[in-house]
Amino acid sequence: MGLIDRIVSRSLQKDVSPGEIAIVKVDVVYAQDGTAPLIIDVIENELGMGKLAAADRSYLFIDHLAPAPHIAAASAHKRMRRFAEKYGVRLFDAGYGISHQVVVEDGIVRPGMVAVGADSHTPTVGAIGAYATGIGSTDAAIAMVYGELWLRIPETVKIVLSGPIPKGVYGKDIILYMVGEFKTDGMIGKSVEFHGNALKNLTIDSRMTITNMCTEMSAESAIIPVDEVVLRWLDEHGYSIARKVDGEDLGEYVDVIPVEVSRLEPMVAAPPDVDNVATVGEVEGMEVDQVFIGSCTNGRLEDIEVAARIIKNKKISKRVRCIVSPASRRVYRDALKMGYVDVLIEAGCIVAPPTCGPCVGAHMGLLAEGEVAIATTNRNFMGRMGHRESRVYLASPATAAASAIEGRIADPRKYLS
Amino acid sequence: MIRQGRCWKLGDNISTDHIISGKYKFEAINDINKMLTHLFEEVIPGFHKLVRPGDIVVAGRNFGKGSSREQAPRLLKMAGIGAVVAKSFAHIFYRNSINIGLPVVISRKVPDVTQNGDVIEINLVEGYVKNITRGVMEPIQPYPKYIGQIVEIGGIVEYIRRYGRPPWQEATR
Ligand code: SF4
Repeated sequence: MGLIDRIVSRSLQKDVSPGEIAIVKVDVVYAQDGTAPLIIDVIENELGMGKLAAADRSYLFIDHLAPAPHIAAASAHKRMRRFAEKYGVRLFDAGYGISHQVVVEDGIVRPGMVAVGADSHTPTVGAIGAYATGIGSTDAAIAMVYGELWLRIPETVKIVLSGPIPKGVYGKDIILYMVGEFKTDGMIGKSVEFHGNALKNLTIDSRMTITNMCTEMSAESAIIPVDEVVLRWLDEHGYSIARKVDGEDLGEYVDVIPVEVSRLEPMVAAPPDVDNVATVGEVEGMEVDQVFIGSCTNGRLEDIEVAARIIKNKKISKRVRCIVSPASRRVYRDALKMGYVDVLIEAGCIVAPPTCGPCVGAHMGLLAEGEVAIATTNRNFMGRMGHRESRVYLASPATAAASAIEGRIADPRKYLS
Repeated sequence: MIRQGRCWKLGDNISTDHIISGKYKFEAINDINKMLTHLFEEVIPGFHKLVRPGDIVVAGRNFGKGSSREQAPRLLKMAGIGAVVAKSFAHIFYRNSINIGLPVVISRKVPDVTQNGDVIEINLVEGYVKNITRGVMEPIQPYPKYIGQIVEIGGIVEYIRRYGRPPWQEATR
């Protein structure tokens, strides 16, 4: 049994196995302003439901178009606020943060829980030992109305991350390497469970970057068992384990894949797909017009910290716009307190509020025809950040920061002493 | 359930962005009808005018990858697509299709022999998918119980409207 099977079995008080369709009681269901309008349609208009069995476990986020860049978004947000009020659902309004970040840092999803999110990057949350998977709007509506939904229990692939992590290599480089190796459909129908001695050197922030981008290998879910790092993090935040589930390796995986991280270098995913991965050396020197540091992939405190460390006492290249958006208000406030925001602004960065905007090409930094960006986000599809003839390279915050200084894709290692 | 129709053949890794670009998701965030003319617009120009009710999409690996946007299968169904046959599906797209009552069928062989315009039949009762034009037939896995019930009736909302509960809850009568 993988950890996810055990979490579901524990929650249902009966054993489930991979491939089985289980009716699962959800501990948390959340959605964002891209998927919530359709949830509201399904609940109010298609089903005509007046109340939600899971209202107290349901959360709505205004993060994709936050604050509203156009009237259509403003009216969608207005509907969300009215719905939240009417049904007694908690709503996190523009500026609070990106859903996957907030459900973890606010202790809404805790280890052992089953969480579903109407957003494809919900597996991010598995970094703290919860079973988290992405769903659609009708799914989310059903989960809110009934508190349960059908899930196909995925097969689990165990990935063992081992070895010391080299200088200039971060969670982002590790996951980019994996997406490059296993390709965008490598984990289809499967969940990924991480083990190995490299984990002890990966913080919750870094782990969330790794689980976040398991979506890019088509994994249904990703999970890291509760260990010392998680326990310490819970303790620091005053949160507790929701359901204690044995994380011991019982050896029942469809595949076990070793990944030696000590040999990795800073990595970049070149357009037009996330598995088009190269080492930074192979694309070094490519001129960029925009740098974006943020998103649910890399908008956490340690990401802003490394960017500030690299940029400190330097200036951003005149040819780039460098946009930094902390993933949540809490991250923003901590970055302010630590002086990182000051460093970034001094150097010429634009420090934006928490938003998905640039990541999804919605607002706050779209690309024009022919422009090139390096971003710490998770997708580089055609037109993702703007014009269909613009290009996005994905990298770590360190690589993005180094590139901001030089105006071209740069190796961060020379800026790290 | 049996569906027969003319095929639109697509390759591997057709994403939700290929089906309906994210920019329309945001522009028409409150009204899905406004998105219909943009369906597949960058993959099959003019698709919304060319598609006929009952047409079937046949694709390669990882169909529907990318975002969780449920508009993708909803628009396919609204355009009259009768079923999607692919070598594999992205899991959220697969779930969404089931939930809205668009039959999705996993097939290893048929996509390889199929060309645009071929006549495809799927038979969920006897459990096969067939390319009638090429005379190639392949058995398919039957849906698990609840899934079959949801697809058969045209989606989970339809099911709940009819029975007042989702299929897994016992009838209380
Ligand atoms: S930051 Fe980007 S990937 Fe993350 S939830 Fe927002 S749009 Fe999706």
